[in-house]
Amino acid sequence: MTALAVDGLTVRFGRKLIVDNLDFKTNSGKVVGVLGPNGAGKSTLLKAILKLVPSSGSVKLHNRSIHNYTAPELARAIAYLPQDRDIAWPMTVAAVVALGRLPYQGLMSSLTDEDNAAVEGAMAALGVADLKTRRISELSGGERARVLMARALAQNAPVLIADEPTAGLDPAHQISLLSLFRNLAGQGLLIVLTLHELHFAAQWCDHLILLQQGRLVANGQPSKVLTADRIRSVYNCNVRIIEDADGPIIVPISETNIRSNNSG
Amino acid sequence: MIVEAQEPYAPTDMHITLPFISMCRRFGIHVAITVLWAFGIAALVSANASDAAPRRVVSMNLCTDQLAMLLAAPGQLYSVSYLAGRTDASVLADRADEYATNHGLAEEIFLMKPDLVIAGTFTTRATINLLKRFAFRIVEFPPANSFQDIETNVTRMGRVLGRQAAAGAAVSEMRRELATWSAAEKQRSLTALYYANSYTSGGNTLASDIVRQAGLENLGDRLGLAGTTRLPLELLVTSQPELLVKGRRYGSTGSRSTEVLEHPALTAGLVTSARALLSDRYWICGAPFTFEAVRSLARAARQVVR
Amino acid sequence: MARVVLILTLAAAVVCGFLGSLVVGPAALTWKTSLFAVLGGDNEAARIIIQEIRLPRALLGVMIGATLGLSGAALQGYLRNPLADPGVLGISSTAALGAVLAIFTGASAAWSFALPSAAILGAGVAVVLLRVLAGKNAGTLTLILAGVAISSLAGALTTLTLNLSSNPFAALEIVFWMLGSLTDRSMLHVWLAAPFMIVGWICLFASARTLDAMTLGADVAQTLGTDLRRAQALIVGGTAVAVGAATAIAGAIGFVGLVVPHLLRPLVGAQPSHLLPASALGGAVLVLAADIAVRVIEPSRDIKLGVLTALVGAPFFLWLVLKTRREAL
Repeated sequence: MTALAVDGLTVRFGRKLIVDNLDFKTNSGKVVGVLGPNGAGKSTLLKAILKLVPSSGSVKLHNRSIHNYTAPELARAIAYLPQDRDIAWPMTVAAVVALGRLPYQGLMSSLTDEDNAAVEGAMAALGVADLKTRRISELSGGERARVLMARALAQNAPVLIADEPTAGLDPAHQISLLSLFRNLAGQGLLIVLTLHELHFAAQWCDHLILLQQGRLVANGQPSKVLTADRIRSVYNCNVRIIEDADGPIIVPISETNIRSNNSG
Repeated sequence: MIVEAQEPYAPTDMHITLPFISMCRRFGIHVAITVLWAFGIAALVSANASDAAPRRVVSMNLCTDQLAMLLAAPGQLYSVSYLAGRTDASVLADRADEYATNHGLAEEIFLMKPDLVIAGTFTTRATINLLKRFAFRIVEFPPANSFQDIETNVTRMGRVLGRQAAAGAAVSEMRRELATWSAAEKQRSLTALYYANSYTSGGNTLASDIVRQAGLENLGDRLGLAGTTRLPLELLVTSQPELLVKGRRYGSTGSRSTEVLEHPALTAGLVTSARALLSDRYWICGAPFTFEAVRSLARAARQVVR
Repeated sequence: MARVVLILTLAAAVVCGFLGSLVVGPAALTWKTSLFAVLGGDNEAARIIIQEIRLPRALLGVMIGATLGLSGAALQGYLRNPLADPGVLGISSTAALGAVLAIFTGASAAWSFALPSAAILGAGVAVVLLRVLAGKNAGTLTLILAGVAISSLAGALTTLTLNLSSNPFAALEIVFWMLGSLTDRSMLHVWLAAPFMIVGWICLFASARTLDAMTLGADVAQTLGTDLRRAQALIVGGTAVAVGAATAIAGAIGFVGLVVPHLLRPLVGAQPSHLLPASALGGAVLVLAADIAVRVIEPSRDIKLGVLTALVGAPFFLWLVLKTRREAL
């Protein structure tokens, strides 16, 4: 079932065209990677889907236009994990994760058993359960990123949109996060994420969308989207592609031998 | 009530041009300048030592304005301050427009070229010092804090203006009124004076002397307060005065400082049988007309039911 | 659980402060006389003093303190900035300007609600100006600078208005409006300000959930289903109405909205929605304590409330600035 269908999506800021007539669809149970150089419009595309910026064209979530969703309904349908990890106040980890339950709480809010279960589950999935009484301001960058991911997970939404979730994490945590995404996709969620690491995109995503200057350049399976020529033309960067059992390993390289400048 | 005095005699002029020119021709410029200088000093000394009454007096202070208006000879007083024309502050407001108005600024007064400037001891120091630098003759009068002070000021004003006879007559009249008055009312009701920002008049103030002369007891005196000082509203309520004298509103624009005078604690429940709203202008400056304040206060006090 | 204990403790402190405020004053009344006189009794002078002078003062202390604490916590939560406070941002100063204009033009003499209304309008102008000067996602520096500019302008205009008054006492009132005082307020003032303050409190409490969501930033808050525009209206409107009414009655009392939320934040786990009720109670305690102190330190003089809150608050503000600098490094 088509979870997300984008048709003719266009976003303008003033006179500048950020996203230009984008079309794509995807089903649930997939990990979708959105790629492109800096300024290609990746973050803006995500924000348009979340109704955070105004757009023209149509975005349909489970065959229903996002404009027909009320704010609380949309909050229960999509969870957002932004690039910005700034947290204003030194709240406890448990309290931060519990913020993900806000779409389910009324005005006089207190956490129900269902809320508590979701919070505990999210913290366990991200391996931050033993940090639950610590203040988030005391945690390392990686721990903080995982707590914020737990918050998004606690929202229990069928679609998760994450903007560069792997940035700033050490390799072990990057792998564990990507594994978590695969698990969630296996359970039926749709994960849409942006990232710059081409090797992760190739091995961990089911479906890739490549943007350049707001336009859709390629759309499909990683092996089809990520060819050396296409990467050179979009990213202006050479890569070496090594085939592997899990999928292609794509490594950016420089034009000349790296150390040849130092010798002779 | 003010007696007209005879014309004061005119001061001598200084004619120095002719002798100066002839001296230059005979003894040269150096001697001429020295002699000129000597004449100049002599002129200053003689002016200070002169008994000549001033002919162009400028008054900068509301209280000295009114004393001067009462005692000066016709044409002697040239200017009074702008406050003298305000009916809420000055008893002689209707006479003030006979004189030029000043705002107590050194520039204006300088241009008026007075031979005497009268000010109060609380007049802005900067202005007074500046006028002194211009070698104007300045006489300062302290505010009157009692009827005795009024007498002193009137006598001194008379001497300064060369109108001793007029001053003497005014003082005699004041004493006569006080003497005949004291024989009358002596109720000794407890009287509270209350002004904006919760101020009252304690001992050593003109207001408290007026209250005493009216045969009443001033709350400020009883509480041992000195000068014009703050009286907390609570103390006013606990003291239970028999007569409350409230300051009135000033000017046309509103001000929060007078809100306390309308406080419910005063208007609603205070056990006071009488309130008075008296005309401030008789209370501000000590002068021969201050006695009117005593009379009207005593009249108000008769409302107090024992 | 800890939160309930905190709220109860603060509430108890408010009650103590309220009773203390009834018992302290220049008139020599025993505490028993003072407390019994609240209900009436035969001592007429005591009854008048307590019911007409001290009771309104104590009530206003609670209400104004609660207003300042609550609005400080709400502004900090909404602006995501620990240095936000109605005084620092210039909201109190413009409210004072509105009040002075209402008195100066005689509007408040003609219609008593003109006074709080004008102050509320003044406060509203400040918030609009802040938005214009500091923009949507203003950093600390821009916000504080905007607040300083607005404060200075409002203060200058207030002083000018008072200088132009034909009333000779008006110039002395500047001290009252700039520093604030509860001296000699009456029950009339309580009835005048209470409805506005209550409306303001309701608006501010209604924004509690959004303040929590704002911890993660405006974008995430929106995706959590909160209505940011509505929350902005509630916070801006609630602050303007409550702080405006409070300033109209007591002048601009500073630093309460800065100090109280900051002190209580660690005790509520830094969660903005939990900080709101705690700051309201904490603000009431602080203002009551300051008001008792001004009467105990120098009973015969009228020391302004704002002097004490500034003596505590200004060094605190400087320490906060240094702390933020150190953390930024």
